[in-house]
Amino acid sequence: MNRRMVLYMVGRILQIEALLFLLPLVCALCYGEGSVALSFLICAALSFAAGSLLTLARRAKTSRTLYAREGFVIVTLAWLSMSALGALPFVIEGAIPSFVDAFFETVSGFTTTGASILTDVEAMAHGLLFWRSFTHWVGGMGVLVFVMAILPNEGGGRSIHIMRAEMPGPIIGKLVPKIRDTAKILYLIYVAMTAAEVILLLFGGMNLFESLVHTFGTAGTGGFGCKADSIAGYSSYCQWVICVFMFLFGVNFNVYYLLLLGKLRSVFKSSELWCYTAIAVGVTAVVAVNVSSLYSSVSEALRHAAFQVSSVMTTTGYATTDFNLWPGLSKTLLVLLMFIGASAGSTGGGLKVSRVVLTFKLIRRELQKLVHPRSVSVVKLEGKKVEEQTLSNTAVYVMVYFVLFFVILILVSLDPIDFESAFTATAACFNNIGPGLASVGPAANYAHLSAFAKLVLSAAMLLGRLEIFPILVACSVSTWKKR
Amino acid sequence: MKILIVGCGKIGATLLKNLVDEGHDVVAIDSDVSVLEEVTNVHDVMSICGNGADSDVLEEAGAADADIFVAVTGSDEFNMLACFLAKKMGAKYTVARIRKAEYNDRSLDFLRRNLELDLAINPERLAAHELFNIHKFPSAVKIESFSRRQFEMIEIRLGEESALDGMALSHLREKYEAQVLVCCVRRGEEVYIPDGNFVLKSQDRIGITAPPAQLQKFLRELALLKRRARSVMILGASRTALYLAELLLSIGASVKIIEKDEARAAEACEALPRATVIHGDGASQELLLEEGLSEMDAFAALTGFDEENILLSIFAASRGVKKTIAKVNREEFASLAEKLGVDTVISPKQLVGDTLTSFVRALENSRGSNVELLYKVMDEKVEAMEFKVVSDARLCGIPLKSLNLKKNVLIAGIVRERKSIAPTGESVICAGDRVIVIAPGGARFSDLSDILA
Repeated sequence: MNRRMVLYMVGRILQIEALLFLLPLVCALCYGEGSVALSFLICAALSFAAGSLLTLARRAKTSRTLYAREGFVIVTLAWLSMSALGALPFVIEGAIPSFVDAFFETVSGFTTTGASILTDVEAMAHGLLFWRSFTHWVGGMGVLVFVMAILPNEGGGRSIHIMRAEMPGPIIGKLVPKIRDTAKILYLIYVAMTAAEVILLLFGGMNLFESLVHTFGTAGTGGFGCKADSIAGYSSYCQWVICVFMFLFGVNFNVYYLLLLGKLRSVFKSSELWCYTAIAVGVTAVVAVNVSSLYSSVSEALRHAAFQVSSVMTTTGYATTDFNLWPGLSKTLLVLLMFIGASAGSTGGGLKVSRVVLTFKLIRRELQKLVHPRSVSVVKLEGKKVEEQTLSNTAVYVMVYFVLFFVILILVSLDPIDFESAFTATAACFNNIGPGLASVGPAANYAHLSAFAKLVLSAAMLLGRLEIFPILVACSVSTWKKR
Repeated sequence: MKILIVGCGKIGATLLKNLVDEGHDVVAIDSDVSVLEEVTNVHDVMSICGNGADSDVLEEAGAADADIFVAVTGSDEFNMLACFLAKKMGAKYTVARIRKAEYNDRSLDFLRRNLELDLAINPERLAAHELFNIHKFPSAVKIESFSRRQFEMIEIRLGEESALDGMALSHLREKYEAQVLVCCVRRGEEVYIPDGNFVLKSQDRIGITAPPAQLQKFLRELALLKRRARSVMILGASRTALYLAELLLSIGASVKIIEKDEARAAEACEALPRATVIHGDGASQELLLEEGLSEMDAFAALTGFDEENILLSIFAASRGVKKTIAKVNREEFASLAEKLGVDTVISPKQLVGDTLTSFVRALENSRGSNVELLYKVMDEKVEAMEFKVVSDARLCGIPLKSLNLKKNVLIAGIVRERKSIAPTGESVICAGDRVIVIAPGGARFSDLSDILA
């Protein structure tokens, strides 16, 4: 374990976070919120100092080599320390006095979950609301990917391990030969799409602050807003724009790169894109029919169905209506979508469509083996053979995923809440969605949970965002042993 | 530049590393996933799994807009086909590894012309030429020649009680009156590009550049000059061995080849009627002694096994063979072997790496004073380069002492119309000259003007 290099990279991340604090600081100044601006300034200084201190760990003769385990540990430590520091503005300013609450809120932000403990969002200062949403944007594409895009290549070719640990999905490929260029392209696409949404929302009558906050929430597939009723109060135009962009940010970013290159044929051949679209459209249709009696017109029912499906499937968590009041079938389908999640290589969470597809293909193969014991079959994805290593990794991932799900569920159930709330709270946090059903539904929040449950759910959010393995590796003893 | 490499074996991986270090965008193609995984985990490259001679795979890898396409799989025919396809798809330059002896005679020109190959590399032949040079100059550990042997750079190891121990470089020329330049020194793990105040110590490994005649004179005065090897024992009838034997026989040396495999031994015998070919296990010391190892001038272990090559070279040295050479492919072993007392360690893949690096650098710099030759020496910490000078107001006609050179850069030699000049502060560079420059490994010069600060 190259501890010095790990500390150095974490230090770099904290220095970057210090820079990130400057944006909400500007926002707070624009709205004349002096005490908020001051708290951000303090945090920026603190985070820069801590970061610079950590970067000293790398001496001139320190080896720059990063292996897979260093990658896992760097990602885990970076996300933990970022969230801990990111929670400070809320505490210092006094808006969220308890550190555990503030930590929950920030983890929820960086992991693009969008679960909130705030009982009155509209009473928050603009600067803090901006920061809350901005953490979604930063966490969506990944902070370490950002570091790779802007800093000279620190770990040489081996920094691919960091990228693998942070990017979601079973197979991580590069778009172009250099990691740095790949990271740059990803961020350029991300920024361009963000800008497009901001402009479209401005046309819909939102002011700049609101459109930025909601775009950050959409882009990272997070779900923090600035209104108590989420998106319900906005025009149907704005709702459609957000609905479509949520869907777009749940698509694998490689698809956009192929589009940029003009390789339309490869885009159409992408089986994950087809599956993702088919599931979204199919479930929307069923839900729209199922809830049609609740709304006055077909178009309204369709809009609410499409919005909620898009929001839950991409694991964003915005709502245009309280879907907790919907009939059982619709709620069940939404809970199912929570688990499927968005595409690999997108900003969304959940199991990921490609993993679900692979799992079904594995099941089919095993069944076939039972019928024809000597049959030979190859599992293919996107027209290419999937390596056995990847397949077993996927199978194990799904198993670990459900084991952890129930561990978290049991821990959350220690709180005196009903089963539906506990189950959906766990699902919504573990899959980075945000609102669940019943007492943690879109119209409610997580404030009534105990501090212990909040910490457990914070851990669940991090596990979900980093796809379990990095954190498990970082927590295992053998990673840290010298021999 | 965008570079595609097909085949990620020993040679492919070395090229990949060199090219990524030079800052190029590299795509690796191989049919073996585990090899690709290994490569992408260590180097910053993109990998594509598939048959490198399949046009679909080439299209996916982007052969159409590739600047250089390199095919270095184990099969010559495959490499040729892949290069041919890539060229037709739009790759600007193609490089193929072609190593079979059948293709490396007169037919090579025909092949290159008709397949539109820009460069054909033959690692074994490169290695054989290098070994041949060393045999002619046995006191050198390594030898590189510039400008058709108008200038040479040799590396020698200073012995325990060397006459040069404790001598400052500024005294060296005065004392020996030879126009030689000590251009790099390795002491332990550190490598220096020295100035006049540098003091040599015993056990240093030094690189010297000079015209060959001056070098001979200098080595004679140091009593280091050994006579050319007349009898050579070669272990293993590998391709390198056969090329080397052919070269040695052509100057009248006696060659004895020991090969374990009967069929290969027979092939070697057929190809080289004048050599003595012994069929037997070279790892048996009894056999080596029986075949007169102790009386040999030189011993070259060129089998495919690094370990065997190293151990038997050490054994040969212990039996009094003056010059021992081992072919070692793993870099980690190479320095170890030198420490253990093997005179010269040669690695074909490193030679290929240098050849391709200079090819790529010359392409990058299409107008200025190009790199013509490049050697990475002293554990790749020093680069020795030859540039062909085009008219450049910043360089030409100015005395060297007035040029503001970068730190640690030496101008080691100038060749003007077949005349070698050992440069002094008063020398000038003219258009049409060939200039030999010594620079630190990371400098990556592609134009002569890069030497200016």
